[in-house]
Amino acid sequence: MTFETSPDQYKHWKLTVDGNVATLAMDVREDAGLRPNDYKLKLNSYDLGVDIELADVLQRLRFEHPEVHSVVLTSLKPRIFCAGANIFMLGTSSHAFKVNFCKFTNETRLGMEDMSAHSGIKFMAAVNGICAGGGYELALACDEILLVDDGSASVGLPETPLLGVLPGTGGLTRVVDKRKVRRDLADDFSTLVEGVRGKRAVDGRFVDAVYPTSKFQDAVARRALELAAMSDRPKSGPGITLGPLSPAIAGDTIAYKYVTGSIDRLKRTCELTISAPGGSEDPPLREMPTTAAQFLAAGDQSWAVRAFRELDDALLRLRLNEPEIGTIILRATGDPAAVLAVDASLDANKADWLVREIISGIRRTLKRVDLTSRSFFALIEPGNAFAGTLFELALAADRVYMIDHPDEANTVQLSVMNGGAYPMSNDLTRLQVRFLGEPDSVGKALTHDGPFDASAALAAGLVFSAPDDIDWDDEVRMAIEARAAFSPDALTGMEANLRFAGPETMETKIFGRLTAWQNWIFQRPNAVGERGALMTYGREGRPTFDFKRT
Amino acid sequence: MISAEKIPNNVDLAGNKKLQRALEHWQPAYLDWWRDMGPPGFQDSHQVYLRTATSVDAAGWAHFDYVRLPEYRWGIFLAEPTPDRRIGFGDFKGQPVWQEVPGEFRNQLRRLIVIQGDTEPASVEQQRSLGAHCPSLYDLRNLFQVNVEEGRHLWAMVYLLHSHFGRDGREEAEALLERRSGNDDTPRMLEAFNEPIDTWLDFFAFTMFTDRDGKSQLLSLSESSLDPLARTTKFMLTEEAHHMFVGESGIARILERTCQLLRESGFSGDVRKHGGIDLPLIQKFVNFWFSQSLDLHGSEVSSNAAAYFSNGLKGRAEEDKFDDDHILAGNMYVLDLMDDSGLIIREEVPMRNALNEVLRDWYVGDCQAGVDRWNKRVLEAHGMSERITLPSRRFNRKVGVYADKHFDPFGNHLSTEDWERRKYEWLPSPDDKRYLHSIQATPVYQPGQFANYIAPPQRGINRQPIDFEYVRTEQ
Repeated sequence: MTFETSPDQYKHWKLTVDGNVATLAMDVREDAGLRPNDYKLKLNSYDLGVDIELADVLQRLRFEHPEVHSVVLTSLKPRIFCAGANIFMLGTSSHAFKVNFCKFTNETRLGMEDMSAHSGIKFMAAVNGICAGGGYELALACDEILLVDDGSASVGLPETPLLGVLPGTGGLTRVVDKRKVRRDLADDFSTLVEGVRGKRAVDGRFVDAVYPTSKFQDAVARRALELAAMSDRPKSGPGITLGPLSPAIAGDTIAYKYVTGSIDRLKRTCELTISAPGGSEDPPLREMPTTAAQFLAAGDQSWAVRAFRELDDALLRLRLNEPEIGTIILRATGDPAAVLAVDASLDANKADWLVREIISGIRRTLKRVDLTSRSFFALIEPGNAFAGTLFELALAADRVYMIDHPDEANTVQLSVMNGGAYPMSNDLTRLQVRFLGEPDSVGKALTHDGPFDASAALAAGLVFSAPDDIDWDDEVRMAIEARAAFSPDALTGMEANLRFAGPETMETKIFGRLTAWQNWIFQRPNAVGERGALMTYGREGRPTFDFKRT
Repeated sequence: MISAEKIPNNVDLAGNKKLQRALEHWQPAYLDWWRDMGPPGFQDSHQVYLRTATSVDAAGWAHFDYVRLPEYRWGIFLAEPTPDRRIGFGDFKGQPVWQEVPGEFRNQLRRLIVIQGDTEPASVEQQRSLGAHCPSLYDLRNLFQVNVEEGRHLWAMVYLLHSHFGRDGREEAEALLERRSGNDDTPRMLEAFNEPIDTWLDFFAFTMFTDRDGKSQLLSLSESSLDPLARTTKFMLTEEAHHMFVGESGIARILERTCQLLRESGFSGDVRKHGGIDLPLIQKFVNFWFSQSLDLHGSEVSSNAAAYFSNGLKGRAEEDKFDDDHILAGNMYVLDLMDDSGLIIREEVPMRNALNEVLRDWYVGDCQAGVDRWNKRVLEAHGMSERITLPSRRFNRKVGVYADKHFDPFGNHLSTEDWERRKYEWLPSPDDKRYLHSIQATPVYQPGQFANYIAPPQRGINRQPIDFEYVRTEQ
């Protein structure tokens, strides 16, 4: 299963760009699901394949279309906007697949909100038909929702009454947190199979406006231009083209240009290594541009773009394809000075639209690490490149081991990029989260003069353990073996609890509640038992519930 | 300086940088501990005729010579490896044994090793006052042999900690030297090792019964899937056997002397009048140390024991003598437990949870064999009708289902009042202790001389005569 795609391969989406407004229209091909024998993607319902295309097109809007300032999300199907995730797909998928699917779709929708907040690209849902469940959640991820008032088009979250599960992509959270719908109205709304339409939808703040069919397109076009006018993106292109990553896959190893992954099935680990720029024969200014113009010219070949696209892809493959690989061992290799030079260039050009996108891409990849339900152990050894942006990977890890070597230099270093460029889902930097109980340590670490050797890094609280060269092998081996032996479910819950200290944001709530509630409900007999709601839907009539509340 | 010359070993100390580095720090601390807590007054001005292990073969493990105690060559020995050794029990049965600690079991194994290790220096600390009250040079030498070997057993456990447990292991090894028997702030881990052993009857009973618990534990650890632990403990067992010899023969010699005194007084007198130790008093020490040592085997129903067995960390003593599948997944064990009203009830518990009790079964059998030898070879031989007996397993327990309840040595339930009123019928009383202190007040340091309460041994150490100068005072 691969997450890479490109516009010429899209089956389900049509992108048209008109001036500064892009229209992204959903037109799901019924017969083109990932498992066409198991389900048909009727009524613009989606599966992971549909969402991979959506994620891809959003990524391309960021990088390839600087002229796009607002996006209209709509449907090409008559009287149907989107029916949400395909129920038969969910009913025939493993629990782990469902969870991964939900996580990915959540990341994509939060990516839309990230574009609105940070990239100068606003989203409008032009809901031109029935919009239910995941369809409405997609609309909720937009800045505004316009609904056609044709007597039948509606928005709704029918999961509870219809399927005995919950909306899986933040629907309930967004209704009250983002759209600030009153809780009793939201409660009523969440128990209606048919949803709400017309004035009632506007009055409850479920949508921003309704228009009759005759005026809908004009209203959408007008509002899309108004949203586009708020943007600080360039009036016109060019952008950069995101080419294929084309990793070399041989057995249990995957090798990209900067990222390599190697799986040990016996130990259930993956060694994931990211290398610093400077190791290849690329022209230095292509790999490590220093000006905005050079970044544009380098396209998708600059290290900052490519390395993190590769890491992102590797993480997604691991998540979906390798459920038993529980521990990911992170290493960064190469010249830390090169990473620090890239950081300096990113910081110096951060006002540029493209560099802003590059930083944003790194930020989202790092969040992907935070949200990946595998144990991450970072190993810092001589020759490491854990500096600045790459040290952020160590900070994202559950444990960091740094060898305290008597003979060989082994240091880590922070940069300005550790001070706020890559906030986590909770809007704090990883350093802030790490030092929640000792806020002064953040500033101390950031203003530390030069690199930290192992004992300094240990004293500064930047690493968990700093064994010397004699202890290193055993210490690390035993830590990894011990990890691999624990219950994977307990580890997932434990890590998710420990990684996100500090305040809640809508984003942390969405993931937290997905992990805790939705995943629980997905496992319960009332959903997936023989007579569970998800299993009987559309097939055998009424579900049978065990009515004991938990 | 760490050298293989000073530290006899068969673990390639010379080529093991990790071990050298750890020992460079630990060895001086160990010697400081020995000088602080080892036998006072016998550190520098005495030469002791001791056995030193210099290799694991028959010729090397029993090398005898005079040595000053702090100069004893504590060594590191593992029994010879068994080729292609396989795990003999538990969930991993049949797989190759581990040469490295699996990360999954690191903490469990470390805990097992630390608990075992903690008892070794503890017993040296407990026994430190005995040298000033010895019944003979022969016994003094045996005491010191036991002491230095307990020290070597500490080295053996520290070797495992240093070699396989990284920084945590080194810290635990340091802590083994920092805890002190009987100290309120930093006591030894197990309660039985915090009581001073200040009479020689205590010492003999301790080496008979508590060191036999050591044997139980070492036997079960010598089954371990962690091969270095199995081999280390296997070699320790050869030394532990001598400790039990000291205990069993020590009490046998006291019994012998008591019978002589009784015979001399026409079986009518009070042996205490003649400076001997009466049989009921010996029985009280058997009662005390046997029950104390039963506690060391842990609770009757134990999830730890089950985990240790399942994971292959600790087997049963002499595992291969058990005629079962050695996995025990569905086996049951019938156990006497107590219900809320104090009635003894029989209950089936999963065998894996009952393995402490299984080990206790082995232990009780091994103790009984020793007691039988006393009865047959001494009491019966003297024509006595009295016998030494082991008390019921319920008697005087502080651990397990019989803790906090009271039983007489025959296993009959007693009220707290009855127990308080009668306990010194069965356990040493303060008066008993005072009496023992009085008869050992003057130590016997002349070669060939023995205190009045104990008979000489039948033969000397290493074929030396009984009046050999086993401990030599330097001028």
